[in-house]
Amino acid sequence: MSSGLPRPGVHFMMGNFACVEAAILAGCRFFAGYPITPSSEIFERACVRFPQVGGIAVEMEDEMASVAALIGASYAGAKAMTATSGPGFSLMMENIGLAFIMEAPIVIVNVQRAGPSTGIPTLIGQGDVMQARWGSHGDIETVVYSPSSVQEFFDLTIQAFNTAERLRTPVIVLTDQLVGLMWEKVVIPSPEEVKVVERKIMDARLLSTRLPFDYTVDVNPMPIVGTGCRVNIDSLTHDERGYPTTSQEISEKMLRYLLGKIRNHARELWLYKEFMIDDAEVVVVAYGSTARSALNAVKQARSRGIKAGLLQLITLWPFPSDVIEKVSQHVNALVVPEINFGQLVHPIREYAKCPILEVNWAPGSLIEPNVILDAVGVAAA
Amino acid sequence: MRHEVRITGLGGQGAITAGHILGRAAAIYGDKEAVVTEGYSPYITGGWSRADVIISDEPIDYPLITKLDVLATMYDEGFVQNLRHVKSRGVIITVKELVKHSSKDHKVLPIPAIEVAEQLGRRIVANIVILGAITAVLGTPPLESVEKALADRFPKAVELNRKAVQQGYSIASELLASTDVLEER
Repeated sequence: MSSGLPRPGVHFMMGNFACVEAAILAGCRFFAGYPITPSSEIFERACVRFPQVGGIAVEMEDEMASVAALIGASYAGAKAMTATSGPGFSLMMENIGLAFIMEAPIVIVNVQRAGPSTGIPTLIGQGDVMQARWGSHGDIETVVYSPSSVQEFFDLTIQAFNTAERLRTPVIVLTDQLVGLMWEKVVIPSPEEVKVVERKIMDARLLSTRLPFDYTVDVNPMPIVGTGCRVNIDSLTHDERGYPTTSQEISEKMLRYLLGKIRNHARELWLYKEFMIDDAEVVVVAYGSTARSALNAVKQARSRGIKAGLLQLITLWPFPSDVIEKVSQHVNALVVPEINFGQLVHPIREYAKCPILEVNWAPGSLIEPNVILDAVGVAAA
Repeated sequence: MRHEVRITGLGGQGAITAGHILGRAAAIYGDKEAVVTEGYSPYITGGWSRADVIISDEPIDYPLITKLDVLATMYDEGFVQNLRHVKSRGVIITVKELVKHSSKDHKVLPIPAIEVAEQLGRRIVANIVILGAITAVLGTPPLESVEKALADRFPKAVELNRKAVQQGYSIASELLASTDVLEER
């Protein structure tokens, strides 16, 4: 297609490629990154595809600079993204906090591999769940989506841009090596069918009457460089004009506004899927690739007469507390498998009204259905 | 119905290419669900590589292999290394010229893929001959679907690849028919 937009229809595509096509449809035209396995295909494809739609992809000196470049691009009015894996994600933490306080809508894709440190670069892990939420210093809130298939990776990349734009905040797509590198069917909609959200822009004519950081509103319109607005943004705690302050009172106002953007909209952000949950006595709570093993295990359990179900969490943060509360009221136990040694199980335990069976699996391969099935059997007994 | 296939070879033989074409044929032209995952040894040139293809009528939950219905190996060691993953009475397709091993517990179909490819004038299509054999064994996706996926991938060599896949298909079909007769005795 001469427009360079992805061809609508059914494709057979790698997850990392589908992510780039989704970004293009969402309106993203700027990529800054530093290649790292197993996310590099996102960068590679962005280098080919973005110029075809009038965008650019830049290789930066490291991951810190990558996120800094996204913030700059975002304030120039672009939708901007990067992609990385564990070690690069660690380096991005500081500037994710910067994007949060500066209210720059950006999207970070983390294709998780086995850790800690450089771990096993080519193989799967789910060890960055807590880092995605708590990795940056200070009180921040992040929005984190976790896909379990190529189609979900595609859909959630669009969703990530929409949420980032609507709330003027960094959004993370937390996928894993398996989803990133697997090839699957993906349905790409036509551009007219895609719901695309654009940020509210500050009108330069209103600047004499309107404060750029009004902490009493839901989300402030964004002043864009080069449009006539005075763009004064600061990493320091700042007042409603954008100037640094040491006032605890303003600190409270600013943080309640920044955190409130996500906390007040949490319920709209919660995405999840339920399988065979209605009469379930044991429910497996899983996310990412693990949800696919879990669904297989739940089907096997059903065939053995165990009333099992699956709750697939798609939004990991803000944590879907009510969803866990609700499902746990009617079951005997929750089974929580993760390819780590216990991360999302902690907030699940905080809100669950029933006992929890934790299933931990070292990174390096996808947790096997039989391991989850055994745990379901124990929980049902 | 869920089918699990592994195609393995040494770097450059085109095992992964064959896997992608099979997956595409099933997903795009065969009205099936398909997942393809790849694996490599730590080095590429001369090291092993493989594509795992899951094909199903229904949405695929667990995306990795459990027990292979079909193993296709394009090098001798690949036979030994992957034998334990093949289900009992499963089919093993080999490149006859390169694989010496055999197994009594499985249907082994040695395909003279290199000979066929060389007769067609391009040794490089040996992997497509093997792809034809896999298609015959699986029975799904149909050969026409595989030919369409091949044409997508190699638009400048449609005829060559069509001949390669068809020959692999017919050789495997004949071998399958004769092994079935043997079993009935």
